[in-house]
Amino acid sequence: MSRWAVWAPLAIFSILVGFFFKGLTLDPGAQPSALIGKPVPPFQLTDLHTGKVLTRQTLPARPFLLNVWASWCITCQVEHPYLTELSDRLPIVGLNYKDSETAAKNWLAKLGDPYATQIFDPSGRLGLDLGVAGAPETFLVDSSGVIQLRIQGEVNDRVYQRQIRPLLETLK
Amino acid sequence: MIKTLLVKMVIIFSIAASASIETYQFDSPQQEARFRQLGFELRCPKCQNQAIGDSDAEISGDLRAVVYRMIKEGATDGEIKEFMVARYGRFVLYNPPLDQQTIVLWLGPVAILILGGVLVLLRIRRSTRALDQRDS
Amino acid sequence: MIPEIGHFALVLSFAVSICLATFPLYGYFTRQQGFLATAQPLTLLQGFTLAVSFGVLIYGFLTHDFTIKYVADNSNLDLPWYFRMSAVWGAHEGSLLLWVLILSLWGVAVALFSRGIPVHMSALVLAVMGIIGAGFLAFMLFTSNPFVRILPFAPPNGADLNPLLQDPGLIFHPPMLYMGYVGLSVAFAFAMASLISGELNSMWARWSRPWTTVAWAFLTLGIALGSWWAYYELGWGGWWFWDPVENASLIPWLVATALMHSLAVTEKRGLFRSWTLLLAIAAFSLSLLGTFLVRSGVLTSVHAFANDPERGVFILGFLVAVIGGSLTLYAVRASKVSESGEFGWISRESFLLFNNLILTVMAVSVLLGTLYPLLVDAMGGGKVSVGAPFFNAVFVPLTAILVSGMAFGPLSKWRQADDPRLYRPLIVTMIVSVVVGLVWPTTLGGEYSIATAFGVTIALWLAIATAVDFVNKARSFGGIRRTFARVERGMIGMWFAHLGVAIVIFGVVMVENHTEHRDLRMGVGDRQQLGSYEVRMTDLSVLRGPNYVADQATFEIYRGDRLYKTVSPQKRRYNASGMVMTEASIDSGFTRDLYIAMGEPLDGGDWAVRLSVKPFVDWIWAGAFLMGLGGFISVTDKRYRQRAVEKQPESCVEGAKA
Repeated sequence: MSRWAVWAPLAIFSILVGFFFKGLTLDPGAQPSALIGKPVPPFQLTDLHTGKVLTRQTLPARPFLLNVWASWCITCQVEHPYLTELSDRLPIVGLNYKDSETAAKNWLAKLGDPYATQIFDPSGRLGLDLGVAGAPETFLVDSSGVIQLRIQGEVNDRVYQRQIRPLLETLK
Repeated sequence: MIKTLLVKMVIIFSIAASASIETYQFDSPQQEARFRQLGFELRCPKCQNQAIGDSDAEISGDLRAVVYRMIKEGATDGEIKEFMVARYGRFVLYNPPLDQQTIVLWLGPVAILILGGVLVLLRIRRSTRALDQRDS
Repeated sequence: MIPEIGHFALVLSFAVSICLATFPLYGYFTRQQGFLATAQPLTLLQGFTLAVSFGVLIYGFLTHDFTIKYVADNSNLDLPWYFRMSAVWGAHEGSLLLWVLILSLWGVAVALFSRGIPVHMSALVLAVMGIIGAGFLAFMLFTSNPFVRILPFAPPNGADLNPLLQDPGLIFHPPMLYMGYVGLSVAFAFAMASLISGELNSMWARWSRPWTTVAWAFLTLGIALGSWWAYYELGWGGWWFWDPVENASLIPWLVATALMHSLAVTEKRGLFRSWTLLLAIAAFSLSLLGTFLVRSGVLTSVHAFANDPERGVFILGFLVAVIGGSLTLYAVRASKVSESGEFGWISRESFLLFNNLILTVMAVSVLLGTLYPLLVDAMGGGKVSVGAPFFNAVFVPLTAILVSGMAFGPLSKWRQADDPRLYRPLIVTMIVSVVVGLVWPTTLGGEYSIATAFGVTIALWLAIATAVDFVNKARSFGGIRRTFARVERGMIGMWFAHLGVAIVIFGVVMVENHTEHRDLRMGVGDRQQLGSYEVRMTDLSVLRGPNYVADQATFEIYRGDRLYKTVSPQKRRYNASGMVMTEASIDSGFTRDLYIAMGEPLDGGDWAVRLSVKPFVDWIWAGAFLMGLGGFISVTDKRYRQRAVEKQPESCVEGAKA
């Protein structure tokens, strides 16, 4: 083999090592939402409590969290106390996802209701349009209704301080 | 009744790690084949590494239902994939189309084959020359 | 107390491996025979200490010693004893211990069967294996110790072995696979030893050839067992998923296959020496890389081990040291290899180069597809997925190209083989395979499948060409029995292996294109047609297993009016983990498998049921078994056996001559 060609395997391996090293700091399971920077998709669903029709236009006109939850979801119970705490700081809109009305209402009655409004989505249609893969998921939406951030899994203080708050401050 | 059953099944599905078996009815064998192919090409957004056709995650069941519905409504494969990408990102495509991001992936094997082929031919030519010199 | 013995033995074997990694090298460079001579006893000692360590871990599982964290995490009081044995390698720490144990056993084998090899060579080989062992033992002791205890409050019961792994498949699959992976370290070590010593003649190829072939045979069987296990245990009825973990075993297999063929040229003709060295380094490096990919969490996989970035950094560092070091040494030394080979355009050398080209492109393509999501993500391109459609698109045409050449190779001769008479049998082969291939799909009913016609043609082309080669040889030796007695075992092995490839291809083509597949709602008393069979569900019941509860359906399969068979697939829920597993029932046959699996309960007491007829699916594993068998046959060749009993001085002379 020629003098330079014998170094090629080492060169290729070195490049790969660089990628692997970078790869160790990445989470292959983490998925950014496809809807970042896009408005909340249009919907027409009812309010869990009042039965009134809710649409994109009835969403808060300031930054808020859209929390996808269900009574069958165990992690949702885990994050519930923290969401209750957060609800003092910014409005939280609930999206009750693939749930039954009575189960959802009982759940809220038992654990408390921190939600500004509660969108009832028993068929999961809005969840599908939002690209929800499972509950819980939480979206940060700005005042003009554009999605800025998506959290898959539990929202807790660490997630809030690291991801939600910095972004929220730029929105205000 | 149906709701509670649904809730029960949701619980079963969310911890299941086994085959997904449903009883969809199709209008034609072609539709069924398309359904299977899409189930094989679309990735479950929440699983480790499974196609929606192989996975028992709840979301996979939901997405299979969407694929089924869209096929029945006459959507093309392209439209169904577009629908999924708009919601779940390019991640869901197990068969990523050729574009700027995948050009190395799709053309890489061809490039290596050509490069390697040229090297092999050069190597053989070197040896045939030696052979010719010896014989002449 | 007993676990401490295991732990101590592990620490001891680490110390031994450090000695093994350094003493012989020191002895080699300072020309001190005494240090060189330590390689063999140190290797044996390392094997012994690791065997003790491994035995202690098995003992811990058998006696339910839940003070050992690894046992508590992966066993349970209800787990049957045979699964407690195999649970030893059911998770990260224990499987690493198995890895290192097998490495040391390969070392022991080299130490015992290398009497024909010059002392300094075998000492260097063992030292290189010692370096690898030291790295893995350090990894275990510092990040993944299986003997960590939970004291003083041990749990009363264990968390149980992952139900997916509670299967006879786990007993055999990992040890086989590791035998293959780790066995490639021997070829690697031989290559490194000759690079270190600068003796870059073809002797190292002769010495490492049988080891490589055995490792390859184990790897083949290991992969096939894994595929078979996935087929009947995962409940999906698929046999290959192009998951990163599967690819991590396929890539070294492809490279090892190339290496086996390349070693033949290097041994017989002294050609392609630096390329063969590179392949030997690459084959083992890629199996190390697979270990990194599976255990570091950089890729998502169905069956990845629990992820831990710290472990990832450690393995990556080790990879840099071993692979980087060996490639550097290669670059420095291999540039000095000059060879003046003479062979013609049409010659066995050319065909083997072609084989190496295609196998290398296959390996690189699978590697590219496997790593691509990581590469895009690392460059900030977000998440992309590469799945079966890509791998099929690459693999199918390359396999076809490879196989078309496989018919020529065995008929060709070294140096120059442009005599057309050599290849005349291939004309008939071509005609027969194309005709039968084209007709075959019409016998299956349904729509004519061009893919099947093409695939069957390819498989037949290879099978017939292999048979023709055999018949020719048999004719020249005068009879089949005399052929088997006289012909080189390597050639018999090759016939088996090539025939195996043809059989695998046939099985794959049939099962991929002609699986009949129905998902149905069924209740007790329902009947369904399945191919030429009628399936009746006769019973639904609930069963209690040792550590699970199962819903069981009983089906009677009728052929015409006659009861052919009664089968009972299950849906199990494991008590400890709550995991649900599908136990499909599979009736294996020569031409088809009947596959019946339970899906989910539906309302009204019915179940969703999957019924499939999978034509020729078992041929995939049968073919792979033939390939592995071919590998084992070829190492029984007389010349390898002779060398084992040869006296040392003679072989030194032989070595000097070459």
